[in-house]
Amino acid sequence: MLISMNWISEFTDLNGVDIKELINRFTLSTAEVEDVYEMGKNIKDVVVGKIIEISDHPNSKKLHLVKVDIGTEVVEAVCGAPNIFVGALVPFAKLGGRVGDLEIKEASIAGVVSRGMCCSEKELGISDDHSGVMILEEDYPLGTDIKEFMQLDDIVFEVDNKSLTNRPDLWGHYGIAREIAVLIKRPLKPLERVDSSVYKHLPPIDLKVEDMDKTYRFSCITMENISKNRSPVNMRIRLTYCGMRPINLLADLTNYLMLEMGQPMHAYDNRKVKDIRVRTFSEPFEFLTLDGTYRKIDTNTLMICDTKEPIGIAGIMGGELSSIADDTNSVLLESANFDATSIRKSSVRLGLRTDASARYEKTLDPEMTVPAIERFMKLLMDVDPGVRVTSCLTDSYVKRYKDIVVDFDKAYVDKYTGIDISSDMIEETLTALGFKVNRKGDSFSVGVPSWRATKDVTIKADIVEEITRIYGYDNFNAYSTRSLLTPVRQSAERENEYKIKTMLSYKFDMNEVHSYIWYESKLNKELGIRTEPNVRIINSVTAENDTIRSTMIPSLLGIVYKNVDSYPEIGIYEIGRVVDGLNEDGMCNERKRLGIVLASKRLTEKEVFFKLKEVIEHMTLSIKNVTARFTENSKYKKYNYVHPVNSAEIYLKDREIGYLSVLNPIIRDNIDKKLNVVFAEIDLYDMEKIKPENLEYKEVSKYPGVTVDLSLLVDKDVRYETLRGYIDIYPCKYLSKYYLIDIFEDENLLPGKKSVTIRFEFVSMERTLESNEVQSMVDGLLAELKSRNIELR
Amino acid sequence: MTENLDNIKKQFYEELNSVNSYAELERVRVAYLGKKGLVTEQLKNLRYLTPEEKKTAGMMVNSLKDEIEQAIISYQGTLKEKEYRKEIEGAERYDFTIPTNRELGTLHPITIVQRRIEEIFMTMGFIIEDGLEIQTEYNNFEAVNTPKDHPARDMQDTYYLENGQLLKTHTSAAQNTIMRKYGAPKKGEHLKVLFPGRCFRNENVDASHENTFFQLEGMMIGDDISIANLIYFMKVLLTEVFERDVKIRLRPGFFPFVEPGFELDINCAICGGKGCPTCKNSGWLELLPCGMIHPNVLRMGGIDPEKYTGFAFGLGLTRLAMMKYNIKDIRLFNSGNLKQLKQFTR
Repeated sequence: MLISMNWISEFTDLNGVDIKELINRFTLSTAEVEDVYEMGKNIKDVVVGKIIEISDHPNSKKLHLVKVDIGTEVVEAVCGAPNIFVGALVPFAKLGGRVGDLEIKEASIAGVVSRGMCCSEKELGISDDHSGVMILEEDYPLGTDIKEFMQLDDIVFEVDNKSLTNRPDLWGHYGIAREIAVLIKRPLKPLERVDSSVYKHLPPIDLKVEDMDKTYRFSCITMENISKNRSPVNMRIRLTYCGMRPINLLADLTNYLMLEMGQPMHAYDNRKVKDIRVRTFSEPFEFLTLDGTYRKIDTNTLMICDTKEPIGIAGIMGGELSSIADDTNSVLLESANFDATSIRKSSVRLGLRTDASARYEKTLDPEMTVPAIERFMKLLMDVDPGVRVTSCLTDSYVKRYKDIVVDFDKAYVDKYTGIDISSDMIEETLTALGFKVNRKGDSFSVGVPSWRATKDVTIKADIVEEITRIYGYDNFNAYSTRSLLTPVRQSAERENEYKIKTMLSYKFDMNEVHSYIWYESKLNKELGIRTEPNVRIINSVTAENDTIRSTMIPSLLGIVYKNVDSYPEIGIYEIGRVVDGLNEDGMCNERKRLGIVLASKRLTEKEVFFKLKEVIEHMTLSIKNVTARFTENSKYKKYNYVHPVNSAEIYLKDREIGYLSVLNPIIRDNIDKKLNVVFAEIDLYDMEKIKPENLEYKEVSKYPGVTVDLSLLVDKDVRYETLRGYIDIYPCKYLSKYYLIDIFEDENLLPGKKSVTIRFEFVSMERTLESNEVQSMVDGLLAELKSRNIELR
Repeated sequence: MTENLDNIKKQFYEELNSVNSYAELERVRVAYLGKKGLVTEQLKNLRYLTPEEKKTAGMMVNSLKDEIEQAIISYQGTLKEKEYRKEIEGAERYDFTIPTNRELGTLHPITIVQRRIEEIFMTMGFIIEDGLEIQTEYNNFEAVNTPKDHPARDMQDTYYLENGQLLKTHTSAAQNTIMRKYGAPKKGEHLKVLFPGRCFRNENVDASHENTFFQLEGMMIGDDISIANLIYFMKVLLTEVFERDVKIRLRPGFFPFVEPGFELDINCAICGGKGCPTCKNSGWLELLPCGMIHPNVLRMGGIDPEKYTGFAFGLGLTRLAMMKYNIKDIRLFNSGNLKQLKQFTR
């Protein structure tokens, strides 16, 4: 919102005030000033001139030669305006002067020397009227600088609208002036108004508010014999400076009032309006608004009507048919207050946000409607003294806000602020802001002024804000809290998450990525990935991505796909959320999952598989001290990217925490035929349920051990785990550990079999083992294995 | 006798100094200390002397024997040194400018920044909490004092799910759950919690808008928390985060879940507060919203606002990461583009 300092100075004395400092104070105490414009600086040496002679330009049909009397001399200039006439008073820019970006110099225009310029309103920045030169309506001595009667010099500052969201009182200059008066500790002048009670003997307007829900108050009055059509120049300057387009006197006055008091108003051509009904309709219809657009009005949109037809959309925009025309001489003036939410919703539905609706959305003070009418009348009658009032002020006050009184004492303020603000200062600040302060020592009972009572100030904490923002946060003496020293226990979950990330990135060289919580359906389709139905977003702006993911893997495969051309080796992971269906209570079963994908063109698929298995084993060991087990996959075969054979479920103790799988070749070929891809997904919530195993240190033998490598001939389809079962069953006192060295397969040499080489380590805690002792243990073991059809190779 | 010993000694040192290998050294040792060595001979000859002569001569011969033994031992060290010197001098000269090719993995830039900030908070005794991404309307809105008709609840900003839940629009959605989990702090203690999280806004994505982004929110609740504490704390915290002595200022700002609410600005690091295009010539950069937790929010969290006060603040983690790494396009974070992401080694 743009604020004119000239306008403000009508309400509080700004003489001698450092404007820069004031703007800084305003930012810190009230709302952010985003920009400051110095207006009128680019208008220099423009004076009142009288056109005393007009002649044709020798080389142009459009241009004229004019002689302009500027008091001290008569100047010859070239002018192209169609509206000039002999005797017209015009703003004339002298040589050496400036109009906007234009410096006035002697110039040859189409071959004739011009020594100055007649200016249009647009050139002076008064309005956007560029149809001709500005004709001055009043008589001024020739040669008078126009700035002597036009308020062109002004400082205009732009307040961030967002920072006014919760301050309905600041949507007009008078409210801003109230804040500024408090900040500079000067009085706020009252608004000059007409006393409407003078007209109470006149007949009322036939007004009925039929929708009592959406309307708080509707005030109106009628006037006639309006003879003027054009607003005074200084009013037009202010409107333009504050971002509004001057139109005609009545429209301008409604806008002026809105900018001054924050109260939106509407002027109807009283010839077209018989009476007023405020209502909604049971059927939708089309309505022509004054911007010439037909708009669909639904059954929830509040309308202003007369008994025949609607004449305006309440709080948003008036209708075309009842709007002020050039020949309008009688007016019905509306000053109303509507429900903020209803206006906001209607405005959204209509796709029509106006200066009026933007203000109503903020929950305006209904006490303002009548003073606004009275102020309007005062301004109108100043301009056009012949105006006659033809109705009494007709007012339907349907809903009122409750009076708010807040009780508190200084101790509360002290506790909240942490500093000592004196009771006198509290009283002074609140009084200046318009609160009715009732104080007994350090106890306060404070009445909230109506313009702050619609939603803004309701509780003690709100009062604290009023006191502190005027006190100034930069004046606070900030200090630390005093806390007891207590240990803080962090959850293991987060620590583990970071451990996993550090390990995957810095030990296994992977890259952490982030992806979206929904499936990217286009990409999945391209890769042939079928996803299961899951809970959906109902209003996404990207409607194709509306399904929340139930697994991380498709997102990560998408990332592999996007990068495969740049990198032949990819290792990526993400810890993210998925929704595993709905819980019994209908809420999403949100899970935190770790997804990992390894892809390689260099390694074989089997190598990649075991690399990822190693990653998982290291991870669970270092975090839980539990060895992961890999078992037949049944649960995850439903995903078409999971390999039907080479996929395994991952178990920690008895809990299944996820799965590991080779990428199904159907999908692989859509990414890259030569790429070997293996992935895993682990549910971190499930993993967190596993209690970490305590680590027990075992004494190391002082005696040397004996290692024996045995190559065992095993049926091809026997899993290592099975073999381990056989070994573990055999009681072998001194066997301290054994581990796999190699698996050898050769269909020619060993048809149907494979050779599994295992290294066994034997050691005693008490003594050095004799070789025959070890041999007998090995023999025993081999005998055991032989019974399982396993022989030494 | 004395003269004889002196000669032996002189001869020994001459021979020793010309020794170049262990074998030669051993030969010298044998020649002097061996069974038939010169010094051994001298010891044997002692038996021909009178007891008196024996005493002094014995001492002299033994002292020579000790000296020679020591000299040989120390010469062994010299030889060892010579050998090492030779090995080192003959060693292959490695070209240590040859690159290694195992690439260091990377963390996501959000993780790096988030972890750093969490560490700062942990040193100040904050608990780190982790909220859900899918929330109820109550947690996301009502519980943080954003009633039904508030403009923030308009459909276009929030992703609503078909089961009535929504994707959380701000980390504040976790406030209620956290207050209920921990309850009001004991006398003299403070509830200090930091809760980072991923948030969602239903809007179109471009270089400066993402529908998925990270925030980080903190709050501190106790029976004596004041605005003065908030200002102090924010200054300390931001000094740590930005690793410079920041100046802060507070302006009124409206957020439904705080009262009073503030916009916190920090002095612009680019111009040092003098004014530049980055700070729109104001010398200040709007950084974060904060405020005293609204009494309604405390009440809904089961904490009595007559007894307890607290402050809360939010930090745009994604924005912070953009500032730290000078990232211009917000789409990098969720792009999965490894050319970009592989750069974040720390």
